[in-house]
Amino acid sequence: MNYTQGEPIKDTKAPEGPIEDRWEKRKFSARLVNPANKRKINVIVVGTGLAGGSAAATLGELGYKVKSFCYQDSPRRAHSIAAQGGINAAKNYRGDGDSIYRLFYDTVKGGDFRARESNVYRLAQVSVNIIDQAVAQGVPFAREYGGLLDTRSFGGAQVSRTFYARGQTGQQLLLGAYSALERQIAAGTVEMHTRHEMLELIISDGRARGVVVRDMVTGEVETHLADAVVLATGGYGNVFFLSTNAKGCNTTAIWRAHQKGAMFANPCYTQIHPTCIPVSGDYQSKLTLMSESLRNDGRVWVPVKGGDTRPVNEIPEDERDYYLERIYPAFGNLVPRDIASRAAKNVCDEGRGVGPGGLGVYLDFADAIARLGRDAVEKKYGNLFEMYERITGEDPYTQPMRIYPAVHYTMGGLWVDYDLQSSIPGLFVIGEANFSDHGANRLGASALMQGLADGYFVLPTTLGDYLADAHKFDAIDDQQVAAAEIAVKDRIEKLLSVNGTRTADSFHRELGKLMWDYCGMERTEEGLRKALERIPELRAEFWRDVKVSGVNEELNQALERAGRVADFFDLAELMCLDALHRTESCGGHFRAESQDADGEALRDDEHFAYVAAWESTPDGPVLHKEDLQYEYVKMTQRSYK
Amino acid sequence: MNLTLKVWRQSGPDDDGRLVRYEIEDVSPDMSFLEMLDVLNERLILAGDDPVAFDHDCREGICGMCSMMIDGVAHGPQKNTTTCQLHMRHYKDGDTIVIEPWRARPFPVVKDLVVDRSAFDRIIQAGGFISVPAGSAPDAHATPVPKLDADDAFDAATCIGCGACVAACPNGSASLFTAAKITHLGLLPQGQPERGSRARAMVEQMDEEGFGGCTNTGECTAVCPKGIPLDTIARMNADYLKASRKSG
Repeated sequence: MNYTQGEPIKDTKAPEGPIEDRWEKRKFSARLVNPANKRKINVIVVGTGLAGGSAAATLGELGYKVKSFCYQDSPRRAHSIAAQGGINAAKNYRGDGDSIYRLFYDTVKGGDFRARESNVYRLAQVSVNIIDQAVAQGVPFAREYGGLLDTRSFGGAQVSRTFYARGQTGQQLLLGAYSALERQIAAGTVEMHTRHEMLELIISDGRARGVVVRDMVTGEVETHLADAVVLATGGYGNVFFLSTNAKGCNTTAIWRAHQKGAMFANPCYTQIHPTCIPVSGDYQSKLTLMSESLRNDGRVWVPVKGGDTRPVNEIPEDERDYYLERIYPAFGNLVPRDIASRAAKNVCDEGRGVGPGGLGVYLDFADAIARLGRDAVEKKYGNLFEMYERITGEDPYTQPMRIYPAVHYTMGGLWVDYDLQSSIPGLFVIGEANFSDHGANRLGASALMQGLADGYFVLPTTLGDYLADAHKFDAIDDQQVAAAEIAVKDRIEKLLSVNGTRTADSFHRELGKLMWDYCGMERTEEGLRKALERIPELRAEFWRDVKVSGVNEELNQALERAGRVADFFDLAELMCLDALHRTESCGGHFRAESQDADGEALRDDEHFAYVAAWESTPDGPVLHKEDLQYEYVKMTQRSYK
Repeated sequence: MNLTLKVWRQSGPDDDGRLVRYEIEDVSPDMSFLEMLDVLNERLILAGDDPVAFDHDCREGICGMCSMMIDGVAHGPQKNTTTCQLHMRHYKDGDTIVIEPWRARPFPVVKDLVVDRSAFDRIIQAGGFISVPAGSAPDAHATPVPKLDADDAFDAATCIGCGACVAACPNGSASLFTAAKITHLGLLPQGQPERGSRARAMVEQMDEEGFGGCTNTGECTAVCPKGIPLDTIARMNADYLKASRKSG
């Protein structure tokens, strides 16, 4: 797959001036829509996670006519619900030196200098309002005996700025947004469509004007028109088949939009979490994350010799390799996510991995139990140990856990400007679906912050500015609508008519393995070229040999799956191309060719300090570069020695 | 291990439905229950048969989408465990497992094991919220909340809306679900202004949807994967009565 280079992106629409004034300036310059007109303006929001749920609710509160769509049976089930750890906010309730500027600084640096300063600063500013909003909605955050909110530190931050609700922060925040959304549904401002999947974007006169969706119960293909479309459809980690995403998470909505002209930015930036429960067999359907906090007391090791099949407790101390402590004596088991993940991969590649398939390393609590006592360990990690035992059937109090890295977040997504508008006018993208705020690596507890910042506070302002012109929009072109609907029906027909010999899942597994091997934790030119050769072959095989049972006019989960897998093939190709072109290592993107003498990621700021925004054209992908300027945070190389 | 499954098959709301027997071989004890069904479905698709439709999404016990009656118990034999977190090591070679959908009048079967739980959303619409438009909130520390109240509110708020409580209840009551939300919001100072109207509206909506009444059998809390306590229902009844008396 080849690409050509297009015009650079010059303007991201961020206001000029001191960084702390930019969002204020934008809010004031944004035009308003008079309340009587809002009632006549239609907005479509696809997805009901933290970003989509909060956006639909807020737009409804403002008086717009909103239609909201989700593929689940209720908006309360979007995968934001599974986030465990917490949400960052620069409240400085601890008086420990936190500030908006510090959160901004940490996020830019954590993103390995591949995020926009203006966006990140705004995110840090808005973070404080999110906590206020959530508390007022009744989100039961953890509190101290004095009745004030508790916080904890997270992901190596030096301040305690993470608000949490036990290990279920995502659930509680999502239920807050969901309750606001249900309130608007009752008020009649939001029309909810559950069990509907977006399959196409409708563009008319150059503007996003609607979507084609499939009613997943009846199979009916429906068209919904509007003055603007908001995509809040989450990340694309399921391209790897195995990830910590929910089974239904997919790329179809953003990929359809990309095919229709929306640029896709930094598709190769994927975050891999080091502590997940390893794969146990070929039937594995998803991976489960275990909180990173376990590394505070667990020691990571593998046998010194490869192919050591002795039961774990029979391996003597001097035949164990505590490799993180050996390679990183200063940080030991607490090295950052990407480094811990890669090191685990390396020892397994050497044939020293443990458990089924040799893809796992031990996380051992024996020392912690000896030092602190079983009770203390149980107090700290009891619920995690229980979850581990439920899934593996092994008791982590008497034998070490087995862990392995897994995909769990994608920093890349549709390109958006400062207003969160994509390169298609009227198409706005929020939450994990866009690429905006995390650069090449997201900090822990920042995904919830970004989703809610976009939905409650940023989008409702910037979308209003766009909609101030709504009365001047041309009438929607019927031919465009008909063409989009026909495209969807043709595609469904095509999937059903192949009638081959392999299921969609079997193709998905094969694609996922290919991506994991060549576009996963460590990428090389050779591997990426191999993947780019193999993906089109596999895709051709899919369209020749996939078997989808049943018909369209029913609840047909095989058909749903096949459609999503088809889009994953195309996305996978772009991810590999992006990873191949970016010959530097940065954040979640590690190119083996770009490392220093100690094996650490080596950025190449001279050549790669830009956002890679890909445009889809009939002649192949076109790369548009958006240069990143750092006026406030000085670019430095990360070091953990 | 080899198992016999008896799975409820129903092509749509108008079909009568029936249990269909499937033999399934080489089930690994490390599989999750849903992975075992994935294997069955792959086989059915390749044979050109209709795979068993079932709801599932996160597969880590928090989204509330999975919903199966397993051998007559909502979410199966493990306590505090959703269907997706149930693993096959709890079964042995030769076992027969009966799998059915939630059964309750307000949860009509959509297909096979998939039911329509939108009644739950409508109960929340009736009042399961605090009216606070985005941007109107005071500082989060303006109102301290006693830790014990916050903890109790959290315990009630962990409800995942799966509907197991309804499926298990001999009366098909949605009391535990409704009471969990009324308790969560009613324990917090932010939830006080709407406390009475919320309880009334939600209870009335619950009745309107056709859910049965509560007779304190406790089946709901026994199968609840999040262990929502039964005393939330007493709280709901108290709030409801108080609000009814006030407004007559």
